[in-house]
Amino acid sequence: MADDLTIIGKSLTKPDAYAKVSGQTKFADDLAPPRMVYGRILRSPHPHARILSVDTSRARALPGVLAVITGDDLPVKFGILPVSQDEEALAREKVRYVGDPIAAVAATDEWIADEALELIEVQVKTLPAFMSIPDAIAGGNEPIHGQSNVHKAVALEFGDTEEAIQAAAYSREDLVFFEGNTHLPMEQHAAVAQYGADGKLTLWTSSQTPHYVHRALGKVLELPMSRIRVIATPNGGGFGGKSDIFSHELVAAKLAIVTGRPVKITLTREEVFYAHRGRHPVLMKVRTGFSKEGRITGMQFQSFLDGGGYGSYGVATTYYTGALQATTYAIPRYRFEGVRLFTNKPPCGPKRGHGTPQPRFALEIHLDKAAEALGLDPVEIRRRNLVRPDSRTVNWLRITSCGLDDCINKVVEGSRFLERRRAMPSGRGLGFAVSSYLTGAGTAIYWNDMPHSEVQLKLDRNGGVALLCGAIDIGQGSDHILAAIVAEVLGVELEDIQLTTADTDLTPIDLGSYSSRVTFMAGNAAKAAAESVRQRLLQSAAMALHCDPEDLVARGRRIFRRTRPEDGLSVAQAVQLVEAEQGVVTGTGSYTPPRLAGPYKGSGVGPSPAYSYSAAVVEVDCDPRTGEVRVPEVWIAHDIGRAINPVLVEGQVEGSVYMALGEALMEEQSFRLGLHKFPSLLEYKSPTALEAPVMHTYLVETIDREGPFGAKEAGQGPLLPVIPAVANAVYNALGVRIDEIPITPDKVLKALHDKGKRVGPKSVPAFGFPPLIKSDVPEEWRGK
Amino acid sequence: MSIADKVAVRLRVNGEDMAVMVLPYKTLLEVLREDLGLTGTKHGCELGECSTCGVLVDGKPYLSCLAMPLDLEGRDIVTVEGMARGSDPHPLQVAFAELGAAQCGYCTPAMLLTAMALLDRNPNPSRQAIKDALSGVLCRCTGYVKIFEAVELAASRGAAGG
Ligand code: FES
Ligand code: FES
Repeated sequence: MADDLTIIGKSLTKPDAYAKVSGQTKFADDLAPPRMVYGRILRSPHPHARILSVDTSRARALPGVLAVITGDDLPVKFGILPVSQDEEALAREKVRYVGDPIAAVAATDEWIADEALELIEVQVKTLPAFMSIPDAIAGGNEPIHGQSNVHKAVALEFGDTEEAIQAAAYSREDLVFFEGNTHLPMEQHAAVAQYGADGKLTLWTSSQTPHYVHRALGKVLELPMSRIRVIATPNGGGFGGKSDIFSHELVAAKLAIVTGRPVKITLTREEVFYAHRGRHPVLMKVRTGFSKEGRITGMQFQSFLDGGGYGSYGVATTYYTGALQATTYAIPRYRFEGVRLFTNKPPCGPKRGHGTPQPRFALEIHLDKAAEALGLDPVEIRRRNLVRPDSRTVNWLRITSCGLDDCINKVVEGSRFLERRRAMPSGRGLGFAVSSYLTGAGTAIYWNDMPHSEVQLKLDRNGGVALLCGAIDIGQGSDHILAAIVAEVLGVELEDIQLTTADTDLTPIDLGSYSSRVTFMAGNAAKAAAESVRQRLLQSAAMALHCDPEDLVARGRRIFRRTRPEDGLSVAQAVQLVEAEQGVVTGTGSYTPPRLAGPYKGSGVGPSPAYSYSAAVVEVDCDPRTGEVRVPEVWIAHDIGRAINPVLVEGQVEGSVYMALGEALMEEQSFRLGLHKFPSLLEYKSPTALEAPVMHTYLVETIDREGPFGAKEAGQGPLLPVIPAVANAVYNALGVRIDEIPITPDKVLKALHDKGKRVGPKSVPAFGFPPLIKSDVPEEWRGK
Repeated sequence: MSIADKVAVRLRVNGEDMAVMVLPYKTLLEVLREDLGLTGTKHGCELGECSTCGVLVDGKPYLSCLAMPLDLEGRDIVTVEGMARGSDPHPLQVAFAELGAAQCGYCTPAMLLTAMALLDRNPNPSRQAIKDALSGVLCRCTGYVKIFEAVELAASRGAAGG
């Protein structure tokens, strides 16, 4: 079948490309309905304080101000996860980080709105702030929420790990810290709300998750969801940063209702740093036993997450820091303990790789150190522990296709890693690491039996196809994936497909552009929809051509006999035949992932219908006098299942490598005296064109049996191996271990002068994890 | 601040002379986007830190978020909307589309204009010259690789002066 494909597997120009290069794509801030006014939000200057009073009278009196609202106008709490409904659109009793919203203004222009914010008088009683993991655990004073700063603590064990590690020929323990960082999409978040005379509310928003915004609007505004329409605008970059429900979305909607005018709120860049939901800072301890041959006998992993002021996705993130260790390596016994703490910082959430880059960083440097101690090379120790395709991990994750072995071979051969690493010129080093990632979360945020993705098609008499789907393109190319799959199945061209996406009034559900789920889930739904229509087209065509539908092929806008291609009709003619007989030609398709959760509490986080795999070799060039680390070259291989559009997949891989290098070497969201140290694009360092390395990208195709045409994901997975590969390369270059991200020049210099040639955490705080939930292990691991 | 008076400004944008009434404190970015409907020009900071708002003034990259329209009377301003000839896209636009150099597309207008200024100066730039020219424009999506390749492709097709 592969050779028959005409659109899938080709590097075609994506359908939204020309709108983007011409500046015609309408992002949220580009919208300006007639009579639109501007909203601005007053944010807390205190990291932790009790609100005593908010006086808006002077602001209200300012000419040009149309409305001022406070928390009392939006008293219903919300949160992205059903278990964490702890946020308010505007804080009522307390503020929990610098940037927490308190009040909002709508005015005829932004300058007046800003001036009005200054006239709002807020009385507070400041409280001591908790700014770190140890602070939050130590507690004392008033906790951030409720009775304690512990947001979530989990403890799971699969088999007796202590026994396995004690009995091992070699064991080691490493402490690792991953500093937080943020998504930094180039587009600041923006939303425009309009409330019609018919009592219907429309919100255009730069969101990865319009479905969840829709739910939250209904809840917080106390309006039936049928009166609310959420339209996600193309995101000017997301990376997970626009997959939560944000204050400005709810506030714009409320202000539109109060004023009767369309209201736009566009965050300033500084506000984007406060909206955050980015990478959690995570402190980790990993302890593993190995046999003489370097086979893992058991692993214990602890993570401490610095969550910021609210729950956000944090419960899921906590589990994710322990979920995917066993999807790359065959770990026979595994223990995971994780705790997420509230701190007085902007809330953390999902950033590219959601909760898994931190443990992957820890695990891959830990394995490198173990390999050295065991006299193995870094590649060999991984090869000896590789997970097998079609297997189940000890924590019950179902592995289907797995191209990790191939990925390793590609980068190791491409970089000549084994030959070159022992003979690098001074200051140069090579590092290696591997990883895997989800292809969509197997369980939805709201547990129910309904599909995760749905697609609707309507064919017109000229052979054009209207494609409706809730998925939103955030730059990852989801519009192309949907159009390509439908065009391939129906035998039409890409330009015959007209897309309508992410409009809750018009499009069937897709849960959102997060967890690398869209290609797999919306792709499968699109394929099912197209196949259902195709079947009817072929049936009618077969009648007209007096042949069996099985003999027919749809390709190049024609339906024809496989054996006699000249015998056929156009797709348009086939549509007309079906329409004449049955009326409107429509079709729908849905995708629901198989039930994959294991038999233990907490098993909902981690299962995915398929896992992608990546391997990376990174070359570094370090200056021992300045501590600077540059990356001239990267080799990255990624098991994509099947590349529906190779040029787009490469783009995802390259973008992941870029973002990983930023995290590895410079990006950090850190704080001093309760304040963000770098809330601007100038101070928050991110890589420019000058830092872009030479990248060698290898796509490995494993044709996953459940993916659409065999496809998996590419948006997040390839970020994962790069960060530890950088740290391992720095060790190869300088003989120092930087067990802490980002690897900044000061840390490198410090390590060079350190007796132990290391910079990294020296201890983890004492914390009483809950009793271990001891789970049964899958059949194949029993007795091992 | 009270409701301010607008002032008349004469601008030449994408080859078109126009007289516009604008609030005197509005930046070129705001006037382009809000008063002239040229929303192809984007913003990432409005503080001169990202170049997302880049336009060309007399053929040179210029940060519209830091520019005041009154200072630019009589100058030649080009935005992304001015790159195409009629409905024919500029070769750089074609190359960016074909190679997937615009992922989210948000940095793209400024990248394209900056690349166009480069090619006008240097029709066959080296990879390093491309990196240098584009180094001020931040992109969070692409890792820059496809952008470099697209500029090279356009150059090889003779994009300069196109
Ligand atoms: S918007 Fe960032 S430099 Fe102008
Ligand atoms: S393509 Fe998204 S920022 Fe460059």
